[in-house]
Amino acid sequence: MTIFRHRPGLVPLLLLVPGIAWLAVFYVYPAFQMFLSSFWSGSLERGFSFSLANWTTYGAALDRYKEQFLRSILYATAATILTFLVSYPLAWTIAFKAGRWKNVLVFLVIAPFFTSFLLRTVSWKILLGDDGIALGPLKQLGLLPDEFRVLATPIAVVFGITYNFLPFMTLPIYVSLEKIDVRLVEAARDLYAGPWRRSGAIFGGVLGGIVAAVLAWIFELPVVPLAAVGALAGAMIAGLLISEAFVRVTLPLSMPGVFAGSLLVVIPAIGDYVNATLLGTTSTTMIGNVIQSRYLVSNDYPTAAALSFIMMAGILLAVAAYARALGTENLTAGRGL
Amino acid sequence: MADVAVRLTQLTKRFGGDATGRRVAKFVDGATPGDSILAVDHIDLEVRDREFFSLLGPSGCGKTTTLRMIGGFEQPTSGRIELAGEDVTWLPPYQRNVNTVFQNYALFPHLTVFENVAFGLRRRKVADGEVRTRVTEMLALVELPGYERRKPGQLSGGQAQRVALARALVNKPAVLLLDEPLGALDLKLRKQMQVELKRIQQEVGITFIYVTHDQEEAMTMSDRIAVMSRGRYEQLGDPEVLYEHPKTRFVAGFLGVSNLLPATRAGSVNGYAGFRLGSGTAVRVPLTLLEGRAAGYAVGVRPEKIRLFEPKDEVPAGLNQAPGVISDASYLGVSTQYIVTLADGHRVTVYEQNVQRATKAELWASGEQVVLAWAPEHCFVVEDGGATDTASIETPSPEPVVA
Ligand SMILES: Nc1ncnc2c1ncn2[C@@H]1O[C@H](COP(=O)(O)OP(=O)(O)O)[C@@H](O)[C@H]1O
Ligand SMILES: [Mg+2]
Repeated sequence: MTIFRHRPGLVPLLLLVPGIAWLAVFYVYPAFQMFLSSFWSGSLERGFSFSLANWTTYGAALDRYKEQFLRSILYATAATILTFLVSYPLAWTIAFKAGRWKNVLVFLVIAPFFTSFLLRTVSWKILLGDDGIALGPLKQLGLLPDEFRVLATPIAVVFGITYNFLPFMTLPIYVSLEKIDVRLVEAARDLYAGPWRRSGAIFGGVLGGIVAAVLAWIFELPVVPLAAVGALAGAMIAGLLISEAFVRVTLPLSMPGVFAGSLLVVIPAIGDYVNATLLGTTSTTMIGNVIQSRYLVSNDYPTAAALSFIMMAGILLAVAAYARALGTENLTAGRGL
Repeated sequence: MADVAVRLTQLTKRFGGDATGRRVAKFVDGATPGDSILAVDHIDLEVRDREFFSLLGPSGCGKTTTLRMIGGFEQPTSGRIELAGEDVTWLPPYQRNVNTVFQNYALFPHLTVFENVAFGLRRRKVADGEVRTRVTEMLALVELPGYERRKPGQLSGGQAQRVALARALVNKPAVLLLDEPLGALDLKLRKQMQVELKRIQQEVGITFIYVTHDQEEAMTMSDRIAVMSRGRYEQLGDPEVLYEHPKTRFVAGFLGVSNLLPATRAGSVNGYAGFRLGSGTAVRVPLTLLEGRAAGYAVGVRPEKIRLFEPKDEVPAGLNQAPGVISDASYLGVSTQYIVTLADGHRVTVYEQNVQRATKAELWASGEQVVLAWAPEHCFVVEDGGATDTASIETPSPEPVVA
């Protein structure tokens, strides 16, 4: 194997071959085909023809479905915020406080994956039904008005996405927290990092208020009262529970996990259509639903393809901006260097 | 008493004795659930202001636990910790005027060297300008000027060590706790840092409590040393006293090489206590050396204190003597190490400077008859009854014990 000895650079290249070949055959080629089809015109019956002049499809598609685009972005954002709010405390507890239950808990986090995605979402439909086991008893007790519903609202769709993508947020955060040496936290405490108290309460209050307001707005709920509740909760949590050692050491060191987790949630969430189909109505349609129906129901391949590429470009730009904002150094080298 | 920096009173830590401890003990190798580990056993200790104090002992003897209780990272099972006369037993670490240099430095990997050192000052809301001056000063003290913008990952072990030191010292704590801070460095760097640590300690005038398992390190730097074993300290004193007059078999074995010979009392003559060794030889020891020792003695003597004579030689009067046979000689350059077997089979280690005898032909050879001689004042006496003591040393008792 002298060739390897003389050209050590060759080994990594060879190791890349299977991955590149796979992507070339199953991703690049179909994507290219799809790109071509976005410049088609015509119909399935009369046949399609290619012309660069058909770039107008993009403009038309964007214009016609901008509402669904916007909704996808908002729902995905809301779901990402919610998965983060649930995942971070969960991952932190598993990483630092679970002791020998660690592996069991990590297993439980991924356990829902043993059931099919579709089945899990359908079971949410049953759970959230207008007279289902969640709402029915409350209504019978008179605690909720009869017309109150969760199913077929934005809340149901976003909560469905949140639930389905939760492990994608929890696991990366858990991994980055798990790597943190507890002595770093001790060192911070040794160096006078105490409770966060006043600045924590202010910071938590502001952040909690903003997050709650955004979520309320997306869910079409009263913004002001919910923002107030969010601000109060944020202030209490940051002022009483969060320590300065956490803010200065644990949180920054877990940012790579937060970054990875939020990308793993937000990207598929934007394109998701299962949750909107099963848990929502026509007024909660997301861009994934449009692409799916354009492609499979109307056989309008050019529009479906154009929509897909708009979505892809949008996500790429957003991720690039996100990476910029968080600082790539922070993301690729959480352990220093 | 203002000159006491740290006072420990009956300080005890039992892992597994309480609900949390029991949970923790389950993860410790060799502990069965329900077992409890007495890591620190009713320690009384006073560390003086501005002294370099070392806790020396083998791995697992409770040094780190003691230090962590002083730092506030571990809560004592019972007992009391005072810093400058103030009871801090139940205060969290950030409310104690104490800083720690951790065993593996625990530098914050996401912060620059500057921000690592500035961390404590920033938490105490020190003004920016003062932070800059104090951090710069401190980096100069540890000889790392110009490293402000590096990240910990870009430092060598020795440099990381200095940053950890600067990060703690910049806060001007009343007491600095150091847990085997040189353990990860290579021998040469370690020697260099020992000298430097001592210099820095004298320069800043802060009390250091230094934990190590390396006797040489402790001897080089410390004003006083407590030699620990199984959650207690066996002897506390100046390095010279510990070396010249160890009280217990454990201390004698842990600090340097010693020869311990079981002996029985045989009367006293004008200020000297008589002892009879196993080989039947009689030796004399100043009576003062028996103070505080319970009966059941062993007489010890350090290898460098013994001189070798030929049987026909005239041994100077007043020295203790014992005949023996050379059973091994190893030439070490600066000295030669001999193993001499006494009449009763006890083996004694002797170091002889290569001054009078230096060439191969001049050195003693295996099988040669010799007479060992040493001054009564160079003896020490340890209690030889305690099974606990002997068990702490892994080497069989008559053998010289190398720490
Ligand atoms: N967190 C803990 N839980 C249970 N036992 C512990 C814990 N920390 C230390 N011990 C035990 O306490 C004893 C003393 O440990 P330590 O203070 O670390 O010793 P040293 O620093 O002298 O090596 C050891 O037997 C160790 O196993
Ligand atoms: Mg230790």
